Amino acid sequence: MKQYNSHKIYNISAIFIVIGLIYICKLFYIQVIDTKYKMSADNNVFRHVIDYPARGLVFDRNEKLLVYNESSYDLVAIPNKVPPFDTTDLCNILGISLETFRAEFKKAISYAPYKESVIHKQITKQRYSYLQEKMYKFVGFSVQERSARRYEYNAAAHVLGYVREAGKDLIEKNSYYKPGDYVGIAGIEQSYEEVLRGKKGQKIYVVDVKNRIQGSYMNGSFDTAAIVGKNIMSTLDIDLQMYGEKLMQNKIGSIVAIEPSTGEILALISSPGYDPNLLVGSDISINYPALLADKYKPMYNRAIMAYYPPGSTFKPINALIGLQEGIISANTAFPCNGGFSIGSHVVKCHHAGSLDLTTAIQHSCNAYFCYEFSKLISDKKYHRADSAYSNWRRRVQAFGLGIKLNSDLPQEKQGIIYSKDYYNKFYGEGRWSAFTIISLSIGQGELSFTPLQICNACATIANRGYYVIPHIVKKIEGQQQIDSRFIEHQETGIEQKYFAPVIQGMREVCELGTGRAAQVPGVIVCGKTGTAQNPHGKDHSIFEAFAPMDNPKIAIAVYVENGGFGSQYAAPIAGLMIEKYLNDTISRKDVEARMFNANLLTPQN
Amino acid sequence: MKHRGGNIFLSIDWLTVFLYLLLVFLGWLNIYSAVYDESHSSILSMSQRYGKQLIWIGISFIIITLVMVIQARVYSIFAYIVYGIAILALFLVLFLGTKTNGARSWFEITSNFKFQPAEFAKFATALALSKFMSNFDFDISSFNSQCVNNLFKAILILAIPAGLILCQPDMGSVLVYTSLIFVFYREGLPGFWLWLIVLAVLIFVSTLIFSLNFVIGGLFILTFIGYTLYKQKIVSSLIGLGLYLFTFAIFFIINHWGLQDKYQLHYIMLASIMLVSFVLLGYSFVKRHNPLKYSLIILIGSLLLVFSVDFIFHNVMTAHQQTLINVFLGVENDPQGTEYNVNQSKIAIGSGGLTGKGFLDGTQTKFNFVPEQATDFIFCTVGEEWGFVGCTTIILLFLGLIIRIMYLAEQQRSAFSRIYGYCVASILFLHLAINVGMTIGMVPVIGIPLPFFSYGGSSLWSFTTLLFIFIRLDASRDEQL
Repeated sequence: MKQYNSHKIYNISAIFIVIGLIYICKLFYIQVIDTKYKMSADNNVFRHVIDYPARGLVFDRNEKLLVYNESSYDLVAIPNKVPPFDTTDLCNILGISLETFRAEFKKAISYAPYKESVIHKQITKQRYSYLQEKMYKFVGFSVQERSARRYEYNAAAHVLGYVREAGKDLIEKNSYYKPGDYVGIAGIEQSYEEVLRGKKGQKIYVVDVKNRIQGSYMNGSFDTAAIVGKNIMSTLDIDLQMYGEKLMQNKIGSIVAIEPSTGEILALISSPGYDPNLLVGSDISINYPALLADKYKPMYNRAIMAYYPPGSTFKPINALIGLQEGIISANTAFPCNGGFSIGSHVVKCHHAGSLDLTTAIQHSCNAYFCYEFSKLISDKKYHRADSAYSNWRRRVQAFGLGIKLNSDLPQEKQGIIYSKDYYNKFYGEGRWSAFTIISLSIGQGELSFTPLQICNACATIANRGYYVIPHIVKKIEGQQQIDSRFIEHQETGIEQKYFAPVIQGMREVCELGTGRAAQVPGVIVCGKTGTAQNPHGKDHSIFEAFAPMDNPKIAIAVYVENGGFGSQYAAPIAGLMIEKYLNDTISRKDVEARMFNANLLTPQN
Repeated sequence: MKHRGGNIFLSIDWLTVFLYLLLVFLGWLNIYSAVYDESHSSILSMSQRYGKQLIWIGISFIIITLVMVIQARVYSIFAYIVYGIAILALFLVLFLGTKTNGARSWFEITSNFKFQPAEFAKFATALALSKFMSNFDFDISSFNSQCVNNLFKAILILAIPAGLILCQPDMGSVLVYTSLIFVFYREGLPGFWLWLIVLAVLIFVSTLIFSLNFVIGGLFILTFIGYTLYKQKIVSSLIGLGLYLFTFAIFFIINHWGLQDKYQLHYIMLASIMLVSFVLLGYSFVKRHNPLKYSLIILIGSLLLVFSVDFIFHNVMTAHQQTLINVFLGVENDPQGTEYNVNQSKIAIGSGGLTGKGFLDGTQTKFNFVPEQATDFIFCTVGEEWGFVGCTTIILLFLGLIIRIMYLAEQQRSAFSRIYGYCVASILFLHLAINVGMTIGMVPVIGIPLPFFSYGGSSLWSFTTLLFIFIRLDASRDEQL
């Protein structure tokens, strides 16, 4: 007996016990601490079959179909359930190269080998019918029916927006979206995403190792049915929209038309635009970067995002504020000797003689509004210029200028109208006066508004004192009414009686003054031209108008970049738009042809 | 002796028998769950594996009875004959066996009755080894020619069946024989060799499986902890550690900001550890500080082994040879192959949580996500349905059984019984360690069964025979065989 070795039982036992303990620790880690294996087990066994609802349709105000869905098919695969198979055959059916397929498959593996990933998107119907016959050969693959968005007209891209696959950020932020889901970007598609998308349904199946369905999980008590997206009726008049886009072809600029009494946007054009069908399905990955790179920025929605100084279109607003503040009356006249002088600086005027308010608007008299504005800012009621200024600013903002209108168009910008602090900081407190900021009186200087804001201000004048927040959606299927903010009146605080002389002035602009090009036979159009100074080139042509004078049906703002005076391009385009909307026929074919053919895109100096 | 020829029931170690029965019963429960299928719910359904396993268990009881009625000394007397028969069977199976999964390891007698000689070679070899090592003059505790001669002969007893099994080839069964190093250790092999062999195997395998950073860092930390625990001089250990970290930091900074061509992290680790180790080694020679000297020599030697293994593997071997070794070690990059099994196995075990999903409620088990779940991967079912509590219980039951066997072995009057007991304990432990280790991804996938648990007649009978021969020997523990 080798008793001297008997202590070795302890060493051997110690080794066995240590290894046993290491295993127990590892088991504790994978079973109790680390949760990833539980998730993996669920992923193994549960197959979530998503039922994608059809996205809601979009119609225009005359029930013309604008946006609809088309069937398409996605090939999906669960990589670790795919045995080796005839890759070439599948690639031939799909019409893609082996490399593309391998790259996609690799991506799917690195995403999650046990989860479904889309391998090839948007398979055409012919290819799909061929694929379906051979599907049995491709174990681990399946086909998902999806719908692709289609846009009936090559128009209104900015208003309608587009859909694309939900990005990583969104998926992290919003648990509704899973990779491969589509989400509305820009326009109606974005702002009414939740209405249009409906609700995905889900069936949970239990599957075995061969991915064969073994039954539904908990007898389907966790299954949900898909809810189809709701249809939307837009406020847009697609005929007017398309007509406007045609008028704006080869020009940079924007048209916004609103029905004053309701705030409904009839047309919203940003030129140049793009064909909404470019951003559909898998083409988006090619076309989107191309559109982004285009030097005319077709993706940029100028109607709600571009800042332009309002120029003379701002004068009626200043007139109304002066009237309400009691600075002027309809009969107040200021002498105009070809301009308004501040020291050596002269704000020039294009006419002579002293004018009353109506005529001053008709002639767009700079001097008149300089006098009026300087009187307003120097008003004794307010002890200092800055408090008078703040009061003026508040009244301008009541027209929806320089504030975010809170419409249902995403990315809407608020414009620029600085608070008194800006001037106090810039010039020093108490060291500035009406004369320092006199350009504001004629819509120049530190003022910038979007076309939508100017159109809305024009609608406010048409309504004689209030506006309804502009909006793009008229009706939502299954809802009694749209958001209450699109029904309520936003009051300006300017009494109705003060509007008559201003509107009269705007009428005369179109009958006798700079806006004659906007005349429409049989309709009294009230408008105001504007010219926005452009430090980079030729001035921008602006026109705002509403018609008819009584009981107005349309308010419009037209911006043509580098179009020169308001009378040159903006006024005739506005007139044609009004005629198109009110009369549905165009009497002045020559004007129309000139506008269609005008090309302002060629470089000019 | 008082029990000789008398009622051996009184001298049977009932605790061991109880542990055996418990493990066999739990094993059957898990096989039932692993192959359970609602359409064949009767436990006696003979078309199903759990039904068959019941028959195998029944046959085991017959084997037990046979093993128990045989006189204890018969095992000693017939040890070499049994061994010879096993060798013959192993030899014949190479020619007459049916080929399954690329290995010729089964005699197929009928389609329902198959027999794997490698399983029976285990106890046959254990008997022969015990017989040989229990010789009065057997000594391997020193390094003289007598000892080396003994050691060589003993190893030959293992090498013959191991070599034949390797020809099948069945790597898992060959590996079982390495566990007998514990028996050699118990019977006089200096502990130094045990540790050295264990260390070398661990370094060899981990170099090929894990990243070099991990292996080098791990070796360094182990050496450091070992030295500190042994010397229990915390302050001087920390000074040494500081020296290493300082050198590493300087090398790291130089590499990161100073050099044009960046070296990989493991080269920096190696360079700093080697530099400081050689300096300290010189110091330990001057001061005659043996613990430090040996620790450093082992560390330096290990690192050299790591790098030579890595170098040979990557620069000398052909791609084909690399694949062979990778397959052997289970380092395979085939998602549908080995890695898939281990993944699914870990998912099954990991999803069990603390207390498991409940009997027959494991989804991984029920829907067959783990391949071979009734045989080699039976531990997954335990993990998924009985959770951490169940796994720990099983591991503790096995460890309890193994330590009980070793404890009993030490009580034997006869060296033959003692050595045989250690053989049983070592073989059982190796199976446990490799089988459980592979299901939780700590050991490469090597197909060997979990004793008493895994489905299969051959393995159950062989483990039963292996164990009950020892129980029989133990029942006559006071006899000199």
